[in-house]
Amino acid sequence: MAATEYTVHGHGSHGHHSHEESWISKYIFSQDHKMISKQFLVTAIFMAVVAVMLSIFFRLQLGWPGENFQILNFFLGDKWAPDGILDRNAYLSLVTIHGTIMVFFVLTGGLSGTFANLLIPLQIGARDMASGFLNMLSYWFFAISSCIMIASLFVEGGAASGGWTIYPPLSALPQAMPGSGLGMTLWLISMVLFVVSSLLGGLNYIVTIINLRTKGMKMTRLPLTVWALLVTAILGVLSFPVLVSCVILLIMDRSFGTAFYLSDIFIQGEALDVTGGSPLLFQHLFWFLGHPEVYIVILPALGISSEIISTNSRKPIFGYRAMIGSILAIGFLSFIVWGHHMYVTGMNPFLGSVFVFTTLLIAIPSAVKAFNYITTLWQGNIRFTPAMLFSIALVSTFVTGGLTGIILADSALDINVHDTYFVVGHFHIVMGLSAIFGMLGGVYHWYPKMFGRMMNTKLGYAHFWLTLVCGYGVFFPMHFIGMAGAPRRYYDYSEFPFLDWVMDLNPVISIFAIIGGAAQVLFIFNFFYSIRHGQVAPQNPWGANTLEWTTPVKHLHGNWPGALPEVHRWAYDYSNPAHEEDFVPQTIPLKPGEVGH
Amino acid sequence: MKLLILLVIVLGIIAIAQLAKVSELTRSLRQVREEDISLADNKMNAFLMLVWMVVFFGSTIYLYVVYGDYLPDSASEHGAAVDRLMDINIIMITIVFFVVNFLLFYFSFKYYYRKERKARFFYHDNRLEMVWTLIPGISMSFIIVYGLITWNKMTSPAAADALRIEVYSKQFDWTVRYPGDNNVFGTADFNMISSDKTLGLVTPERITLQIDTIDGEIAAIKQKLSEGTELLPESWVESMEDKIYRLQRHKQRILDLKEFKAGDNLSTWEAGADDRIVKGEFHIPVNREIEFVFRSQDVIHSAYMPHFRTQMNTVPGVPTRFKMTPTITTKEMREKLGDDSFDYLMLCNKVCGVAHFNMQIKIVVDDEANYNAWLKKQKTFVAQIEEDEPKGAVVPSGNSTVIALADGRSM
Ligand code: HEM
Ligand SMILES: [Cu+2]
Ligand SMILES: [Cu+2]
Repeated sequence: MAATEYTVHGHGSHGHHSHEESWISKYIFSQDHKMISKQFLVTAIFMAVVAVMLSIFFRLQLGWPGENFQILNFFLGDKWAPDGILDRNAYLSLVTIHGTIMVFFVLTGGLSGTFANLLIPLQIGARDMASGFLNMLSYWFFAISSCIMIASLFVEGGAASGGWTIYPPLSALPQAMPGSGLGMTLWLISMVLFVVSSLLGGLNYIVTIINLRTKGMKMTRLPLTVWALLVTAILGVLSFPVLVSCVILLIMDRSFGTAFYLSDIFIQGEALDVTGGSPLLFQHLFWFLGHPEVYIVILPALGISSEIISTNSRKPIFGYRAMIGSILAIGFLSFIVWGHHMYVTGMNPFLGSVFVFTTLLIAIPSAVKAFNYITTLWQGNIRFTPAMLFSIALVSTFVTGGLTGIILADSALDINVHDTYFVVGHFHIVMGLSAIFGMLGGVYHWYPKMFGRMMNTKLGYAHFWLTLVCGYGVFFPMHFIGMAGAPRRYYDYSEFPFLDWVMDLNPVISIFAIIGGAAQVLFIFNFFYSIRHGQVAPQNPWGANTLEWTTPVKHLHGNWPGALPEVHRWAYDYSNPAHEEDFVPQTIPLKPGEVGH
Repeated sequence: MKLLILLVIVLGIIAIAQLAKVSELTRSLRQVREEDISLADNKMNAFLMLVWMVVFFGSTIYLYVVYGDYLPDSASEHGAAVDRLMDINIIMITIVFFVVNFLLFYFSFKYYYRKERKARFFYHDNRLEMVWTLIPGISMSFIIVYGLITWNKMTSPAAADALRIEVYSKQFDWTVRYPGDNNVFGTADFNMISSDKTLGLVTPERITLQIDTIDGEIAAIKQKLSEGTELLPESWVESMEDKIYRLQRHKQRILDLKEFKAGDNLSTWEAGADDRIVKGEFHIPVNREIEFVFRSQDVIHSAYMPHFRTQMNTVPGVPTRFKMTPTITTKEMREKLGDDSFDYLMLCNKVCGVAHFNMQIKIVVDDEANYNAWLKKQKTFVAQIEEDEPKGAVVPSGNSTVIALADGRSM
């Protein structure tokens, strides 16, 4: 029996588990990676709904400044939206919490949490994560930190409002803005808990991938999803601790009278007793995490899309080794580019040049990946599942957004577009849309594995096309607003007549945002409806090679009823002419004379 | 209204539910399974890829045509070089954008599933991979080199005879200081800031004044405390004691400053006397190199002058610089644009608090003669002090200070 074999194997503290679990240990304090993955996913969906709603609230203000919208008053109340007009402080709070939730809770915790948990053990042929207990803790830290972040929206003075980058002194001084009071304290606490969750998760993923691969699963046979998740976890483990230091120093400055980030400040009629600190120190520490963070967001999405594109083109992923090399190169380079966020801080210009160089280098492995995707499609036999559509769209947004990054990387050009809507357009396309597309694609693709049922394909199509059109519709025009000189994090642009001529794009963007937001209802409905009512899934619905499709549809502890599967080939033998079928699962032994990978 | 909103939401969800049911029903009637993508569906999506590509490219071209002239020609010397670099970069990325997106969507369309075909088992080709490592590699080298040449030029040290202008930020406005005839800025220190002397210029008189003010405040609070505190909340008493402590520290820092600087630096203290301080708008001469020196009073702001392709953060405690040479006067620019109300602006471009979105100051680029005439008219620091502080009237009355303190905000 699986369970006994499982305890015999003795991975961590699973001994007390059995199949007759109580409801609580099955659904709440579960240590099973598949359940934890679903917990992450559902939490992330909830957080994403909140973040999208916040963005639509402030998009209403941006699209039609000063107009009154009863709906704002309905959701935000008289204090934040008196007469249906968004309050200026509330605007900044909403932007900040929107960004924070999207980047950390949806696309880091949510994306990695869901797919690392689901796919790592299943795709490497392990019974579970190395430590189920730490894995459970990882989820619960995530859940608590999510609650605190949401709760911070409701405190007196409002949530943190200095932007998701919380630069001090603004964030360090409660006198500087209402959101820098209790709201910021909660933000910081939530973030520390979040990092704990990330580290517990990340260490677990790394250990699992390194130690628990099944027989025959060489590193060079790992599916690219696992490679991407591995590098993501390493990036997280190396960079998140720096964020914690950064945050703790900020907490000290706020509450214990230190001055790491503060110097020579006169505010609200008082010369503060602080000298010798530097606000730039914060930025160096913050971006040391902040930049790898964007790859923590995008790499899992790229891994997911590699898998989906290969499966649905019925072709091997092109340049498997180059893909691994690119992931590693991107991972390494991502640690030495953080200064590109600081060209206009007064940082030494020569140091700036170094960061220009390293940053533009990243374009090379990224370009290699893009070309490899396209070559994978070439002469394929493409099946447009909703997951496939999202993955193709991901390649498009990754390329489009990556290209504008070239301009931002060039310090001489960044001077003029830094902190404008050009940046907002850039990072939403390359990171926001790409990662969201990867996540949605992943859900459509692995839903049968998660819930044993299929999602409705037609709704999936409608959801995809609306999301693609609206996604580009929202973020593409933002580049032009930014190049015309419109700063970001502005509540209203009507004080600047020189921008009037581009501002007619703003209502258009807002309309796309509203439609795009509404289109997500299709997905959410499909998701929850299909859990109970979807068509029951077959074992291997997409004809895929990877190991997760060799497990039974109905979940069981330990994943495989009998012995663990043995791996004989790489994951990408699609349409291999040596075989009759157009896919050859990794468990099929090589034919005599066949050259393996 | 609220009801209406709820109603719409509920109806929307019900509608989707019905749709899903219907499609599920027809599916099970026709015995089609979700995972089997029908040929018709597949073809439709392939076709939509093409349609989307056309729409996407069309809208992109439309945006380029209508909104592509993002800003008027640069009004600064380095800005012209930046614009050239920008144009080249934009052309390069636009080409790649079209080519790669075309290949992606076109291949998606062209290779949609057909029963009779088998996908090509093609997974590796060193030559191809070399090509698309080298092409970006070469393009990047070009962009890096060209970019860094421009960058080095614009960030090189300013000429010795450049006009130096200090730009000073605080929530939520800008103050600009000119060094006066001696071309030297008077020393400034954040301890010397008071509500009306926001730059914190140091002069021997202002030091005495500031110390007197602090002593006055301390005395006033002590007076209030000694009048009996039984009726007052304990927390208030504590906060007042804390306030006294902070005021004493403040005084000490000023005394240190005096001791530290008084000896040999007296000349720079006096240098501030002829500094000119302006608000609301400031003028700069055309065709003369200007070195901006940035300071900030409270939080980080950013001095963004889009028409000059110039931006630099202002950081409390860390002075920053940026040099530029304006090339087009306001008058010329107005004629060029045919817009009599056009003005150059400096905007705040680093979120700094509630009024961040309207923290601006007008910049006027004059020819040399007009600039000099304008500058002459601005009052010097000494003249300003004499104007609003007639000699003798120094210490504020104790009572009003304490009342103002009670709300914890101004002193
Ligand atoms: C419904 C979709 C979305 C809309 C309409 C939207 C819109 C916006 C807008 C208008 C801003 C404010 C820009 C500014 O004033 O600075 C913003 C900020 C931001 N958004 Fe989104 N966004 C969406 C989805 C996402 C996603 C998927 C991500 C994930 C990466 C994301 C991450 C951010 C971040 C990091 C910020 C910056 C917040 C800050 O300034 O501190 N957003 N978004
Ligand atoms: Cu970065
Ligand atoms: Cu500001």
